[in-house]
Amino acid sequence: MLSHSATIGIFLLLAVCFPVGAMIAAWMLRPKPKTPPDDQKLVPYECGVDTIGPTWIRFKPNYFLYALIFLAFDVEVVFLFPWAVKFQMLGLFAFVEMLIFIGILIIGLWYAWKEGALEWR
Amino acid sequence: MQKIETLFVDLSDWFIAWLQSLGVPLAWADAILLLIQFLCIVGIILANITILIWLERKVSGFIQQRPGPNRLGPHGVFQTVADALKLLTKEDIIPSKTDRLIFITAPILFMTISVMLYIVLPMGKDMQVVDLNVGLFFFISLGSLTTIALLMGGWGSNNKWSLLGAMRSVAQMISYEIPLALSLMGVVMITGSLRLSDIVAAQDNVWFILLQPIAFITYFIAATAELNRGPFDMPEAEQELTAGAYTEYSGMRYALFFLAEYTNLVAVSALLSTLFLGGWQGPWLPSWLWIIIKTYLVMFLFMWVKWTFPRIRMDHLMAFSWKVLIPVTLVNIVATGFGLYIFKGIGG
Repeated sequence: MLSHSATIGIFLLLAVCFPVGAMIAAWMLRPKPKTPPDDQKLVPYECGVDTIGPTWIRFKPNYFLYALIFLAFDVEVVFLFPWAVKFQMLGLFAFVEMLIFIGILIIGLWYAWKEGALEWR
Repeated sequence: MQKIETLFVDLSDWFIAWLQSLGVPLAWADAILLLIQFLCIVGIILANITILIWLERKVSGFIQQRPGPNRLGPHGVFQTVADALKLLTKEDIIPSKTDRLIFITAPILFMTISVMLYIVLPMGKDMQVVDLNVGLFFFISLGSLTTIALLMGGWGSNNKWSLLGAMRSVAQMISYEIPLALSLMGVVMITGSLRLSDIVAAQDNVWFILLQPIAFITYFIAATAELNRGPFDMPEAEQELTAGAYTEYSGMRYALFFLAEYTNLVAVSALLSTLFLGGWQGPWLPSWLWIIIKTYLVMFLFMWVKWTFPRIRMDHLMAFSWKVLIPVTLVNIVATGFGLYIFKGIGG
């Protein structure tokens, strides 16, 4: 028997082959123009006008705030999963403990809410 | 009847035995079987998507009172095949300002992740490529990687629509990631396992949609947002962002993104029916037919929602996740905990 990780590893290699194979098939089937395409064909699409200024600029800080709150909550989810699996064995102590943990997070969410981090401006 | 039920399991057992009788070591026989399973999964994906895209257009046509595709073949069933052939033979265009490496890897990464999701899905009794003990966690963590593929596509394109669309999808997907995982916590607490076969077995008497109705609804909403489907398709709102992160993609690269989105839809619908609708369990029909029926019902529900609700504004979209879904799912976890204490009397 293959181990689980070996199975996943082999499957990952096979899974990469699928889109790569599709790209190779498309490469074999599609027409290849004799002359290189002119510059106008390769400009970034912006509804027919030339693009002004660079695209890779600084972004709205809102995204950053959401990312920060997301990090806190995602770590919480990682902590909750093992607790949820063993919930029925751990008894009252773990339940109360988790209530406190969720409580702290709710306070954190409330604070972010109060400070306006959840507003999309 | 019993023969039909265990058809695929018997076939694979017989195949392994046949390979071993030829003197192939067991590990190699397993690897060859894995290759065949992979080819079957690719076949399932391609067949399902061909049907699904046709179905989506027919359903949307029915809801909007128009015929939908009806030229190629009876009721337009060959329309998807024609579209696929057209996309396959399109000229390959890579715009001049792109970050080529990221631009090229993004669709391949997206499709790879989507195919990997199928490895843990139970497609029938004993029909699972690997029965991981962290199966559910594996599915969620892999599913969240699609965010990175989308961001790569949007960033690599060096196009303003693409970057805006990608940024919006990332903001939306990370916001809905948390209610998605939190709403599954109730199911895990009742089952006491992350193994998907255990979760199916635990629904022997009663489906989890009856024990966890709130979790089902929140998971459905969060999954719609994770899949970037309407009414949460703000990132690729075609009326204002042309096609979001996919704007610069054409031909087969675009087709890969498109395929991967539908592959994800099938996988998430199958997971939804596994977690809440009893999985492959059902009377009379064989188990692998039941999971197909349930998956298609869930997918129809996704389409119905997409074509009947108007698109949600970006600020409402974000506020809904953080101010409604997350508190509701947290309360659901606590309520599930109390419910388990009262009705099962555990730990006391």
